[in-house]
Amino acid sequence: MGRHFRIVERTLRAVIFPIVVVATPAFAAEIPPSEKRSGYFFMSRETQAMQDDLTANPGMLSVLDGEALWSRKAGAADRACADCHGDASASMKGVAARYPAFDATRGRPINLDQRINSCRAERQQATPLPYESKDLLALSAYVATQSRGMPVTPPDDPRLERFREAGRAFYEVRQGQLNLACGHCHDDNWGKRLAGALIPQAHPNGYPIYRLEWQSVGSLQRRLRNCLIGMRAEHFDYGAPEYVDLELYLAWRGRGLPVEAPAVRP
Amino acid sequence: MARTLINVPKTAKRGQVIEIKTLISHPMETGFRPDRSGKLVPRDIINKFVCTYNDVEVFRADLHPAIAANPFISFSTVATESGTLAFTWTDDAGKIYAEKANIVVE
Repeated sequence: MGRHFRIVERTLRAVIFPIVVVATPAFAAEIPPSEKRSGYFFMSRETQAMQDDLTANPGMLSVLDGEALWSRKAGAADRACADCHGDASASMKGVAARYPAFDATRGRPINLDQRINSCRAERQQATPLPYESKDLLALSAYVATQSRGMPVTPPDDPRLERFREAGRAFYEVRQGQLNLACGHCHDDNWGKRLAGALIPQAHPNGYPIYRLEWQSVGSLQRRLRNCLIGMRAEHFDYGAPEYVDLELYLAWRGRGLPVEAPAVRP
Repeated sequence: MARTLINVPKTAKRGQVIEIKTLISHPMETGFRPDRSGKLVPRDIINKFVCTYNDVEVFRADLHPAIAANPFISFSTVATESGTLAFTWTDDAGKIYAEKANIVVE
């Protein structure tokens, strides 16, 4: 019995081993810097023009909302963002380019939306804004647009490394009923078509974006959720650590690309 | 309160063709879309846009349910004299959104 089992085990190993070898080298290495392209590059000329012309870019409507919210007093502290941070064009310049960043109180990275909400809770003593709400997206778009044109520069913080690696692992693992990893599309097949749409490289430099398909502004997490649903994989609640880790990895992967917020995407 | 973005050249030469771009935030609810309970969300769209140039109508558009949210309308007119361009959007609820822009014609 024992001997028979060992033979079976040995046979099984012989069978399993090659499968493991085939399954691990999932896709080509990181996209080299010279080939790194923003999603802007994959859009039609008309959509590019819509993004570039700030009087035609519908994301700017959200930015204007955010500008109004910036100086509106809120919460029990009766304080506005502007009361602490002053002129956003000076104080918020470059901020969005370095998020997600490490938050010492939570002991983990947080994204820009979470930063805005923690400011609301702690400094303004107001109720946090729900994820994907008009006001949170507006504030986030207003803050992000102050970094327009600046390169994405994820902070060189050793405390982030563990989370970035978790994000990378999430990016690289096969998931969902379609058994795809992010890289199967965005590293191996960018520039080709998935049905009618060009596959971009999945860089996070334009968020929050105005997506024509949504007919509204949305966050990077909304976009990630879209991809996961498309892969028929498990998706998470907004603000989940899995998303923030992935955002952190994507920021690192897209480092150097200019911030385009509010970008327009098809 | 709907947000608007209007792009009119500040100055123009007399007789010059100028391009005017307008953008307004509006959900443009088609009336064909069910909500979570399965009931149709009532139609709420901007159905009329009018632009007047020193009180003379220079452009008018009727809008329909297939037009996307936050409608962007671009058109051109001839710069005849200095003055004011007035824009009005009217929606199904009868609400009127009005904006103005000034132009100097040399």
